[in-house]
Amino acid sequence: MKAAVITFPGSNCDDDLVYALSKVGGFEIAKLWHKDETDLSSFDLVGLPGGFSYGDYLRCGAIAALSPIMQKVKEFANKGGYVIGMCNGFQMLCELGLLPGALAKNESLSFVCRDVSMKVTSVKTPWSTDLKEGETISLPIAHGDGRYIISEDEYQQMLNQGQIVLQYIAENGKESPNGSVHAIAGVCNREKNVFGLMPHPERATDMRSKDGLKIWTSVVKAIGEKSA
Amino acid sequence: MKTRVTIFYKDSVFDPQGNTLANSLRRVGFVKVKGVRVGKVIDVEMDAANKEEARRDLQKMCEQLLANPVIESFKYEVIEG
Repeated sequence: MKAAVITFPGSNCDDDLVYALSKVGGFEIAKLWHKDETDLSSFDLVGLPGGFSYGDYLRCGAIAALSPIMQKVKEFANKGGYVIGMCNGFQMLCELGLLPGALAKNESLSFVCRDVSMKVTSVKTPWSTDLKEGETISLPIAHGDGRYIISEDEYQQMLNQGQIVLQYIAENGKESPNGSVHAIAGVCNREKNVFGLMPHPERATDMRSKDGLKIWTSVVKAIGEKSA
Repeated sequence: MKTRVTIFYKDSVFDPQGNTLANSLRRVGFVKVKGVRVGKVIDVEMDAANKEEARRDLQKMCEQLLANPVIESFKYEVIEG
């Protein structure tokens, strides 16, 4: 299995992602620069890491979405390839139009960096089959612009289609750490091959929290089934 | 040609910066302040044959990069030239 991890100017979680994918998934990793226009069709998974691409100029992820490699990512995703974006990677996927909705400044205006609890809403995605529906998991978040916004109609539609994967659990009287609509933490596209989330499952595979593990084992299984 | 793009969160999207500023303004005595919205102003200087061409390009620039139509509204104008 081969995974590509793309680095943008300002990415800072790319090596965390390489660590998780190689250690947990056993992936062979190619680290690509955002200006590469490498054909991605030989990869089983493409990962867009967290960080602050282009210093978050204009809007988080907006400029990175126009990087040369992103057209290749789009082609890869449109052919059913597995793409995951966490934190800044999630913002890029929304800006690129591979995921619905958009991410706005946290309601509190604070940068929130801590472990948060969330419930697993959909296990009907290649990214969550090893999780249990309704299960509570804890993952670290670290962002200032994680308020996921989507219309009520789209939310209902996505919920029915099993695209709402993770939702924050209320803590200290707050529905979510960032003010997301319906406390959404992670979503898939309709086809479920593209997954974006604000939490960092790549930072939760050993040590303090291991709850990110099952996201990686789920997709490894999905890739195995796809190629079988 | 000098042009100006103005971008705001859509009215339906809560603007925490505007909200904070409104509270601060009221706290220091501007009690008549009812609301504040914070936006962005982007000045784009361009070579365009005429204003119409400039507006056409600005519309595309906003849709492709300068604004995110999911959460933001935008407008543009030719301010000189």
